[in-house]
Amino acid sequence: MDLVLQLLFTGLGIGAVYALVALGFVLIFRATNVVNFAQGEFSMVGAYLMVVFAVDLRWPYGWSFVAALCGMALLGAIFNLGVYYPLRNRSFLPVIIATIGASIFLSNTVLALYGPQPQVLSGWFETPGIQLGPVYLDSQYLLIMGVTLVLVGFNFWFFEHTLLGKKLQATSQDKEMAALLGIPVAAMIMLTFVYSALLGGVAGILVAPILFVSIQMGSTIALKAFAATIIGGFGDVKGAIIGGLALGVIETFGAAYISVPYKDGFAFLVLVGFLIFRPQGIFGERVAEKA
Amino acid sequence: MTSSLPARRVTGTLAYIALAALAVVAVGLLPLTDYMMHILVQTASYAIAVFGLTVVLGLCGQINLAQAAFFGFGAYAVGLGTADLHLNFWVALALGGGVALVMGAFLGMTTLRLGGHYLAMVTISFQQIVTLVMVNWIPVTHGPDGVGNIQRPPMFQSTHAFLGLCVLVMAVIGYVIWRLPRTPLGRSMRAIRDNELAAGVAGINVYRVKVAAFALSALLGGIGGGFFAGGFAYVSPDQFSFAESIVFMTMTLLGGVASPVGALIGTALLIVLPESLRFLKSVPGLYLAIYGLSIILIIRYRPEGIWGFVQHRMRRWFVPAPFLGAALELTLVPSKDDAPIALGVHHLSKHFGGLKAVDDISFSVRRGEVHALIGPNGSGKTTTLNVLSGIYAETSGRIVLCGRDVTRLPPYARTAAGMGRTFQNIRLFRSMPALENVIIGAEHPGNDIGSGHAALVERARAALAFVGLEARAQEPVTGFSYGHQRLIEIARALAGNPSLLLLDEPAAGLNSTEKQGLRDLLRRIAAKGLTILIIDHDMTLVTEVAERITVLNFGRRIADGVAADVLRQPDVIAAYLGTEPDAPDRA
Repeated sequence: MDLVLQLLFTGLGIGAVYALVALGFVLIFRATNVVNFAQGEFSMVGAYLMVVFAVDLRWPYGWSFVAALCGMALLGAIFNLGVYYPLRNRSFLPVIIATIGASIFLSNTVLALYGPQPQVLSGWFETPGIQLGPVYLDSQYLLIMGVTLVLVGFNFWFFEHTLLGKKLQATSQDKEMAALLGIPVAAMIMLTFVYSALLGGVAGILVAPILFVSIQMGSTIALKAFAATIIGGFGDVKGAIIGGLALGVIETFGAAYISVPYKDGFAFLVLVGFLIFRPQGIFGERVAEKA
Repeated sequence: MTSSLPARRVTGTLAYIALAALAVVAVGLLPLTDYMMHILVQTASYAIAVFGLTVVLGLCGQINLAQAAFFGFGAYAVGLGTADLHLNFWVALALGGGVALVMGAFLGMTTLRLGGHYLAMVTISFQQIVTLVMVNWIPVTHGPDGVGNIQRPPMFQSTHAFLGLCVLVMAVIGYVIWRLPRTPLGRSMRAIRDNELAAGVAGINVYRVKVAAFALSALLGGIGGGFFAGGFAYVSPDQFSFAESIVFMTMTLLGGVASPVGALIGTALLIVLPESLRFLKSVPGLYLAIYGLSIILIIRYRPEGIWGFVQHRMRRWFVPAPFLGAALELTLVPSKDDAPIALGVHHLSKHFGGLKAVDDISFSVRRGEVHALIGPNGSGKTTTLNVLSGIYAETSGRIVLCGRDVTRLPPYARTAAGMGRTFQNIRLFRSMPALENVIIGAEHPGNDIGSGHAALVERARAALAFVGLEARAQEPVTGFSYGHQRLIEIARALAGNPSLLLLDEPAAGLNSTEKQGLRDLLRRIAAKGLTILIIDHDMTLVTEVAERITVLNFGRRIADGVAADVLRQPDVIAAYLGTEPDAPDRA
């Protein structure tokens, strides 16, 4: 029973990271109807930027974090201008292929610069964690859950209760109509990419002390996050978060009770199961192309 | 019918055979170094796998990011089969191809009903799993050590002979892929790539064709992998990683995504270039970073690839010969059963969440009549048509076509049962000439027009002649005016020999002359005994052609009957023009 509680805690912590990246997926998907296959690389680049500032340059953690986020905002903007925006009027296949190209480009550029050895980033807190009854609460996991909770709350407030958030929603639902109403659509899309890059970067930075900072972390996280969005219901914010948490828990229990080497395979099995039996996910509605 | 098309085909085939034979003899006889032979074996075996991507991505427009995994199935089957199990090379190759085919079909069947990004992610996940298994299932796969001591077929032990075999196999498969686009299957794939919804309505079983394309691609990946293993005698998991899948895709895109010639060009370039630029390989990641950047740049600036660019330049040298002889008269044979009702709609509803777009509608379209479905914007007309043609699943209700319940049938089966339709926003296959668009409409089971390609061409010409565009049959469809594109859509539907024709706002965007032409065309179609259900806002057209009218407002039927009576009803007038002083309750 103690083990179960401990695993549940760990699973929710990892799941919170998947949820953050999944949120980035969903935001871009809703704004552009495109799945950004480089979303995971945003996390990877965020973690490496943190290594650059905090480890290589030995800046204090707080400043490194701010600097890394500035870098991520810039990356999001460049990504939009270089990859998505020129293709915005083409069908979805070229855009998908271009984002896959971008993902390959980002991960291998970092590989060329940093080499294949994983980098180590220490945790944020001096105290490694606290013992709460039978469960040991690792401080980094607590931090991840806390930040995810705050960001999800912020996300809700931003999209539902601010004018800018409403404009973003309008853009995602009907670009032409939004433009006719005077909403600067190009700026809204730019903002969406910057925001998603920030979310991805935060997820990468938070998870870095738990996993190693490696080239593969991006694709691993992206696959889980994508599976999370399908489990939750494609394009649904609530679904992405719950899907992410569920996947983290499933995977942690799978690794503990079934097999460690195949840990990354459970997400795929769950994904295929959903695709066969409930492709619209937990919250999603089946969508058909409009004739 | 001209004889130049088959003649050109025979010439092309002979030229291909001559070139292929020359290539096989050349690699067999030329004094090549071991290094060069290995490069060539790698090129030939990779090219076979890249042909697979030509089919699935180039022809069918579906993404496959696990080609290296399927390549790996073939390679490991040949490796483990010949080295550990002492099987014959050909038996092991057949096993590998079979496993790749089954896995490809399974992946396709679970994913291809959904959007393309599902397929991309699922194939990436699948690729990762296969790599995990190759590395971790050590008792069988030998893990990271890989498989050595792989055997070749008895007759092709020397690298020289094996190279000749690889080139021969590549040439044979290349020929099939070269000819595939003009076969019924290849045409269906291209139609799906151009416009999936229209492909379904034109009578193509979209799901089955997509799964076939995906499975074929996986099979070719497996075969390529088998020859790769035979050529190098040693394989290890890193040769079949996700990175290699990306290499395969870059090869496809670089050379030209829709042609085996392009595939071969891309494969050869991306094998020879990194070999000659070895310094790139000294920095891990550098050459893949360049590939990633190339993908972005190709997609943005040259989506047709190298060969596509060349073909585009050469196109004017290959103007198709004009048809000799006049087109035949279009014969339309509506369903022979004598039910008086061509289409029965019974309590049909379609809800989107809380929105009742179509709410408990019933009406009957009588055989041989022109029936109009009218109503203000947003009244549910197009949704009704989409439910009738099977694009949307109904929430409740029944649809009976010529006495047969078609409620549960997918779009292509409704087409086979005698339904044809056009779209409000034109949905033609934009990469094809007008003639081929109409051929796809003619080419479905249940359309009895005789067998063979010549019969299809005759049928398509007759349908185009019926709408007055036969003289321009071989021109690209994108070159036609808006009004003419609408007519091509009608010709595509007519070529399928429907009993019931559904027209979604055919007059929208037409000028007055074109509208008169359309009215005459509709009358000529009706005179052939077809039943027509038309949606339109042009009341002049509707009153001129329609015998009966059903009026919708807010998803509900508010009137139904003989045209003149319906248009006099006060609530119909109210729905169109509004009433005063008390407007009807719109809640």
